[in-house]
Amino acid sequence: MSSTAPLPPRPSARPDGLTAALWATGLGVFLFIYLPLVVVVLYAFHDADIVAWPFHGWTLRWFTAVAHDRGLLGAAMASLKLAVLATGLALVVGVPGAFVLDRLEFPGKTAFERLVLLPLILPGIITGVAMLTFFTFVGLTLSSGFPYIPGWPVVLGHGAALTSIVVTQVYARLRRFDRAQEEASQDLYANEWQTFRLVTLPGIRSAVLGAALLVFTLSLDEIAVTFFLIGRQNTIPLQIWGMLRRGITPEVNAASTIIFAISVVVIVVSSRLMRETTG
Amino acid sequence: MSGSKDGEVVEVGAGGRVTLTWLDRVRANRRLRTFVAAFLPVSWVTALLLFPYLFLLAHSFFRLRDGQLTHELTLANYQRLFGTSLYPTTILFSAGIAARVTIVSLCLAYPLAYLLAFKVRKHKNLLYMAVIIPLWVSYLVRAYAWKIILGQEGVLNGLLRSLGIIDQPLTFLLYSKWAVMLALIHIYTPFTLMPIYAVLEAIPKALKEASQDLYASRWQTFRHVVLPLSLPGVIAGSTFAFVLSMGDFIAPVLLGGNDSALMVSNLVVSLFGVAYNWPLGAAVSVVMLVLTLTLLWLANRLERAMNYGGQPGRGAEGQKEQLARQLPQGVA
Amino acid sequence: MTTSLLDLRHVSKRFGEFVAVDDLSMAVAPGEFLTFLGASGSGKTTTLRMIAGFELPTSGEILMEGAPITQLPPFKRDINTVFQHYALFPHMSVRENVGYGLRMRKVPAAERARRVTEALDMVQMGHLEARAPRQLSGGQQQRVALARALINRPRVLLLDEPLGALDLKLRKEMQLELKHLNRQLGLTFIYVTHDQEEALTMSDRIALMRNGRIEQLSAPQEMYDRPVTRYVADFIGESNLLRATVRGVEGGEVVLGIGPATVRAVSARPWAAGAEAWLAVRPEYLRPAAPGESGNRLDGTARESVFTGSITRQYVTMPDGSSVVFHLPAGTTPPAAGSSLTLTWPVERGICVGE
Repeated sequence: MSSTAPLPPRPSARPDGLTAALWATGLGVFLFIYLPLVVVVLYAFHDADIVAWPFHGWTLRWFTAVAHDRGLLGAAMASLKLAVLATGLALVVGVPGAFVLDRLEFPGKTAFERLVLLPLILPGIITGVAMLTFFTFVGLTLSSGFPYIPGWPVVLGHGAALTSIVVTQVYARLRRFDRAQEEASQDLYANEWQTFRLVTLPGIRSAVLGAALLVFTLSLDEIAVTFFLIGRQNTIPLQIWGMLRRGITPEVNAASTIIFAISVVVIVVSSRLMRETTG
Repeated sequence: MSGSKDGEVVEVGAGGRVTLTWLDRVRANRRLRTFVAAFLPVSWVTALLLFPYLFLLAHSFFRLRDGQLTHELTLANYQRLFGTSLYPTTILFSAGIAARVTIVSLCLAYPLAYLLAFKVRKHKNLLYMAVIIPLWVSYLVRAYAWKIILGQEGVLNGLLRSLGIIDQPLTFLLYSKWAVMLALIHIYTPFTLMPIYAVLEAIPKALKEASQDLYASRWQTFRHVVLPLSLPGVIAGSTFAFVLSMGDFIAPVLLGGNDSALMVSNLVVSLFGVAYNWPLGAAVSVVMLVLTLTLLWLANRLERAMNYGGQPGRGAEGQKEQLARQLPQGVA
Repeated sequence: MTTSLLDLRHVSKRFGEFVAVDDLSMAVAPGEFLTFLGASGSGKTTTLRMIAGFELPTSGEILMEGAPITQLPPFKRDINTVFQHYALFPHMSVRENVGYGLRMRKVPAAERARRVTEALDMVQMGHLEARAPRQLSGGQQQRVALARALINRPRVLLLDEPLGALDLKLRKEMQLELKHLNRQLGLTFIYVTHDQEEALTMSDRIALMRNGRIEQLSAPQEMYDRPVTRYVADFIGESNLLRATVRGVEGGEVVLGIGPATVRAVSARPWAAGAEAWLAVRPEYLRPAAPGESGNRLDGTARESVFTGSITRQYVTMPDGSSVVFHLPAGTTPPAAGSSLTLTWPVERGICVGE
């Protein structure tokens, strides 16, 4: 080929208008995502009774107010208990469920898989009313009758909805797990239970833990399903919801900031755990 | 199969006499083994998840007599639902809001996802985590934060006034459908970003390099190589954003003002609450459920058609898993 | 007659429509080094896994010293496996890995410790006993996997292509070491590989598998010198294969017609006149005929010569268009390309094989 015309110039990686615009947009979106959170945290230290512009001084009195707010404290207790119970339920149902998905073939497996994932992708309100109709029909009362103790419906509701998370996380890890290790274990005279205990479980432990932490946090924050299934005892989000109806005070912001901080820590730890490979 | 019998002693070597037990027979029979192993988990999941949705469906056919719930079956609820203009209008209105939210979220999420996937060198995981974490921490707070920002005494108005741009606070900001949309966009942009990021990350660098090697400019490379390959993620992200914002009920109540009752979910809440018409509420929920499932099925189909191979599990099916799994592991 | 240690009787394995192992029957002698050789999909690994207990035969029986073990789960069989990618437990140290089988068999701690040390010394891994598997090289992991299996003194040791991931030099070393261990310990080794050279080096007997069936089961030398089918002749070592027609059988030799020429060959099976067959001759046995030499003679045209160091490979085109190769020793001048050649070979080195 004897072309004398020069080839078009190769595109270079030099920064230019397009890249700059991209960075600007990206940064803008990033700020957009964080702005409201920053505002909430900022106004937790607002030294005035109403949350309004401009921002006044720095004070910790709202955090003290939170520490003395009986309603909030009661809700916190209830939320914690609920989260613990829900996490337990999600693990008990979810871990075996993940194994079923990974290891077994049976008619209706696809339906099972879809069912498990349903609460994740449906708006929470649908799952919430569905559970409400179910539990009412079955005759479970919403309140436990005890203070600070959530009733069975909301525990079951959280557990069921959050099972999906455990299943997906553990299933993802199981798929990466080298089954030859389990065969090796059986080859070396360990039966199924011993193999699970000594070889499989240590291999997926971090995924299970990570999922448990994530479920815990999500339970603390859950609103949609809780809204329909809660009895007389409020959880934290519902308590805050009630406080919001009366107008936003910095106290609400303070409570939110605390929740943020805890959630972020738990989520970071959880994701670290879930990211581990089986080595 | 062989002729070993239950309890038969099988000698397998020096000193090791092993008995064939009934348990071994179960192990040896594939069907039986599967049944025993799957029975408990499957039945639990069925009881906890399937039955509620079935009961919801059942309730949508019950009749409300003199304000009391009965178990008689009727189609009256659906007749009312489709007959009265309120319900279809509300559904369409919600869908409209959701559509707008989805489009804007997409426009915001894609550039950031692109930036993270291709332009960020160091601390990629850290930054991705930073973008995703707000998703998992307190949904309620992220919604009401906008009250603080958009209110008459709020941050935005205050800022504009002190900058001298306006004299009087803007009242249209809060308690309108725009506020609701803004909040929803804010909440669901990270949601949309996740699958797009995942798909972009999975595009082998070599493809872009090959494109540029063949004289394509960066824009052409994007248009002809990156964009088509990222479509499954775009579809997945959009579907989630749409479905979830259509079913949202927090944002409309907090920020909607007079428009607060006009989203579907608010209807459902009131029907199960003050309006006390469970069957009708169930019917509306069922309609939402069917719509959602149909949309997901469509999205799945679309992604399957657009999946050009080499990227398993990037579609909505895979994204569903990745939703919960995607917690900053980088790419699953 | 020694009773066989392991007996496979009409063992078949189906995966849906696909037949992985097809009515396989054979006996394994105590202490022997038996290799299942074959291409991927030939059924060799599936057979191994059925012996180990990880797969259940669709039909057929597996017996150990006369007693059926077909339905026994792996942990009840006196058989251990060295896995292809070692399958070491990542969360346990080398010591803990190696001692696992003894632990499951409830061997007391003190004795266990002693035997673990002994096993690690046997594979020269004693100094790394506290390490985790991920801190070891491939070769080291492989030794640990070996020790982990051998320490239990199983009646049969199964090895599933364990040397595949190692580099050439290491692989050759390990081949010798495995053979040595087999002799020294007197354990029966069943080995699976796709590498025919490896099989020839290490085995007492080779079972060459194809499409789920055993194509040939013999000692290496026998399989090399007396392949029973074209597939075996082609798979093992290098063979020239020429289409031929059987003219008849005379005095233990098969008379074949190849084009206009008539040659004589040996065979492991009976032949009828008129049958289509192949003549298999290895390159090292073909040579240019001296003028006036009697015996098998075939004419062809010399083509390219390829220098490979110790020998030169000479390609020759036959009248029917096919190509054969023979070896010229170092230092010989190859014939000019395009010149006519007459090739000869000893009668007993030409095998008549069927498809």
